[in-house]
Amino acid sequence: MPLNIVGKRIPRVDAVEKATGGAKFLDDYSFSNMLIGKILRSPYPHAKILNIDTSRALKLPGVKAIVTAGDLPEGRYGAYVKDQPVLARGRVRFVGEPVAVVAAIDEDVAKDALKLITVEYEELQPVFDPIEAMASDAPIIHEKLQDYIAVYDAVRYGNVCSKITFKEGNIDEGFSKSDFVLENTFKTPHVHQCYLETWGAIADWDASGRITIWTTTQSPHVTQIRTSEALHIPMNKIRVIGTRVGGGFGGKVEPTVQPICVVVAKKAKRPVKIVLDREEDLLATRPRHASQVKIKDGVTKNGLLMARSIEVIYDTGAFADDGPGVAGFGAMMSLGPYKIPNYHIDSYAVYTNKLPTGAYRGFGNPQVTFAYESHMDMLAGKIGMDPLELRIKNACENGDKSVGGIVMPSVGIKECLRKAAETAGWGKHPKKNRGMGIASLQHISGVLSSSAIVRINEDGTAMVSTGAVDIGQGSDTALTQIAAEGLELPFEDVTLIAADTASTPYNWAVAASRVTYTAGNAIKIAADDAKRQLLELASKQLGAAVEQLFIKERKVISRETPEKCISIRDLGAISHWVTGGPIIGKGSFMVEGHKHDPEKVKGFPFGTMAGFIFGAHVVEVEVDEETGNVQIINAVAAHDVGKAVNPIGVEGQINGGFVQGVGYALTEEMIFDKNGKVVNTNFLDYKIPTFMDVPMIHPLIVEEKDPTGPFGAKGVGEPGLVATAPAIANAIYNAIGIRFKELPMKPEKIWKALLEKEK
Amino acid sequence: MKVNVKFNLNGQQVELETEAGRTLLEVLRNEFNLTGTKKGCGEGDCGACTVLLDEKAVNSCLTLIPKVNGCNVTTIEGVGEDGLDPIQHSFVEHGGIQCGFCTPGMIMSTKALLNENPSPAEGEIRKNLAGNLCRCTGYAKIVDSIMKLSDK
Repeated sequence: MPLNIVGKRIPRVDAVEKATGGAKFLDDYSFSNMLIGKILRSPYPHAKILNIDTSRALKLPGVKAIVTAGDLPEGRYGAYVKDQPVLARGRVRFVGEPVAVVAAIDEDVAKDALKLITVEYEELQPVFDPIEAMASDAPIIHEKLQDYIAVYDAVRYGNVCSKITFKEGNIDEGFSKSDFVLENTFKTPHVHQCYLETWGAIADWDASGRITIWTTTQSPHVTQIRTSEALHIPMNKIRVIGTRVGGGFGGKVEPTVQPICVVVAKKAKRPVKIVLDREEDLLATRPRHASQVKIKDGVTKNGLLMARSIEVIYDTGAFADDGPGVAGFGAMMSLGPYKIPNYHIDSYAVYTNKLPTGAYRGFGNPQVTFAYESHMDMLAGKIGMDPLELRIKNACENGDKSVGGIVMPSVGIKECLRKAAETAGWGKHPKKNRGMGIASLQHISGVLSSSAIVRINEDGTAMVSTGAVDIGQGSDTALTQIAAEGLELPFEDVTLIAADTASTPYNWAVAASRVTYTAGNAIKIAADDAKRQLLELASKQLGAAVEQLFIKERKVISRETPEKCISIRDLGAISHWVTGGPIIGKGSFMVEGHKHDPEKVKGFPFGTMAGFIFGAHVVEVEVDEETGNVQIINAVAAHDVGKAVNPIGVEGQINGGFVQGVGYALTEEMIFDKNGKVVNTNFLDYKIPTFMDVPMIHPLIVEEKDPTGPFGAKGVGEPGLVATAPAIANAIYNAIGIRFKELPMKPEKIWKALLEKEK
Repeated sequence: MKVNVKFNLNGQQVELETEAGRTLLEVLRNEFNLTGTKKGCGEGDCGACTVLLDEKAVNSCLTLIPKVNGCNVTTIEGVGEDGLDPIQHSFVEHGGIQCGFCTPGMIMSTKALLNENPSPAEGEIRKNLAGNLCRCTGYAKIVDSIMKLSDK
């Protein structure tokens, strides 16, 4: 059936309100009687809390409430390993950890009150380097690690929060059959999502003991359950409303300020708003895990990959947060979109006394991709093969299995490679100090569950709800397109309602590139259900068999007897007022089915994943010998998305991800002082790409339909970032003959390396 | 220390008595409820707070309120009052908006640029808007939206 709405370049449904400044973000809301909350944070990386004295602060005029852990029930939250308290209880584990919260009549009074709270600490020995933290004599950050609730069979010991292993074949045999074996170590830093809108929440308890939280979040439902488990409040007493999100990129999936806001609002008995300033947001929220990747690859002289062993160490900081997930997913992505018969992957999420790291576009994948895609070029160099040819030779195809044995029905990597290379002019003769680099990627877009409801109004228009917030990626529009196409109603007749746990059914999160595939599937199922009910009602009204009926231009018509027709509007009214009852379609979708082969995997924190997506980036750079500066001359990114629901949205995601990848490659890193404290907590010292740092990006859409996705669609949220850094590293190598194995490849590093090379 | 400030805000004369140390950003958002202008960093690094002060683009987070006395201040709410301004329309049509948080500042900077140069080349657009950070779009479709305006 031809598609009328899916696949069309429809302008976003929320564009006008954003263009006029009318869209309201969290800090744009104010309630009467509202107080401002501010958080007191630990100045030490590792210490016992001996005493907290809030008496002087409480006396300050304008201070209405102060809360510390002593006021709260024992409770810890966490996505995989539940190790994190709302406020530090007896111990602090990173500089910036929340210790107390104040609510006052304005921000100035709240800030003054923080200075009047006296905390007595006894310093403990900290450890900042994950490899040192893995040593047997390292200070232990979580003595009760084994007692914490974990949602999976976690391999955990010492400061290793989680270890995941994937194995297949015979790794030693694989290396022995190889003509070339290369071994290298790659390192990547902490980088921050730097969403333009900082964290914020407003909490308000009502008179019947129920709490409402307004917040900028990638998941009202995750906020709801974490608040529940940390504070022992039943979920039916917690309502979370997602306000418009000014960027998330993974940083806003798990909570930061919301439970803190809830507890101080309860004590103050007034609504409280907490908004982080930029310094606080960079100091103490959830950046990407720094990593060290040791990789060993074996290849034949004809370019067949025979064996790969990888050890990845991810720095998960003071609390687990997304660490186990990142370590697990990074491990799963370590082979890339290639067929490698023998492999052994060990991946670790390790505790250190630095800020807890969390989800950021790519979720462990950019780290391993930087390593293995740099390595692919190094292997190609060893055997004297074109890097593009080496990749195509080993690339997976439809029906191949991923690491651990999950079947991938739709694999568009070869087309991505060819299309990107062709568009970029791969193989042209390079100028001096200019080079082209290529890199592939693999990712997923289906995980966990989503659900949706479709309601037909009395006038035949439709309401769609699922707990998915639009974080800028365009899901409000794409999901409306899927619903309208499924219902066969015009796009303008369908409205997607904003995520609110009281009224929108569960969607795990807007994350993992999963909304189009996972929430989209739930919406398609709900739309099909509502359509079926409409056709059944029409059948009764018209006296025609359901199989005879089709929908066109807001009418249900009989194929046999076209004079037999009835408007959707009339059906809406009839269902409400005459017979049948209001039409409600429901859809519930869980990513399950093909699982990893248990023989091949240990300690993996997810059930299964689906919606495998692929991409290839080709970058041309010019390196300035005098300054070490890298200019991006050309950027091409081809992505297999199954079916592009909204091509403008898909292109926007590829462009944005790509440019974040440029920052990851060339300029971004969080810098820590000797106390493990982040010191570059502003946009002057933490450098994200500006208009001047990138050229036009050329996104290319490849459509290798996935039979399990809605209208064949898969996701594209994260992949735009994943392959950029290795493509740039490979381009730099081709430009100046220097291989960089650590990010970022800052000008001073390149300049120094050029000087070294000259000697 | 209190000051009395009189200025033109989005075409209307206004008057305010307030602390001299307040920023224009904070006054716009909290005194006049004009929340379209955003705070991204509070330090003049991101441009989310861009407004026009006598037709020039400024960071309102770095502008102290006494400075606007006798001036014209235009915020995003003062753009396109009778339907969408062509800049807003182009951003909407061509995908120049994603999360929307940088958008008001982007549009104000674009307005300042186009007031001086109605047909800027790509390089001029990038240079003049370099003080506005965006984390979502990779800048590509913003540049495209502005270039497409001059095509008309």
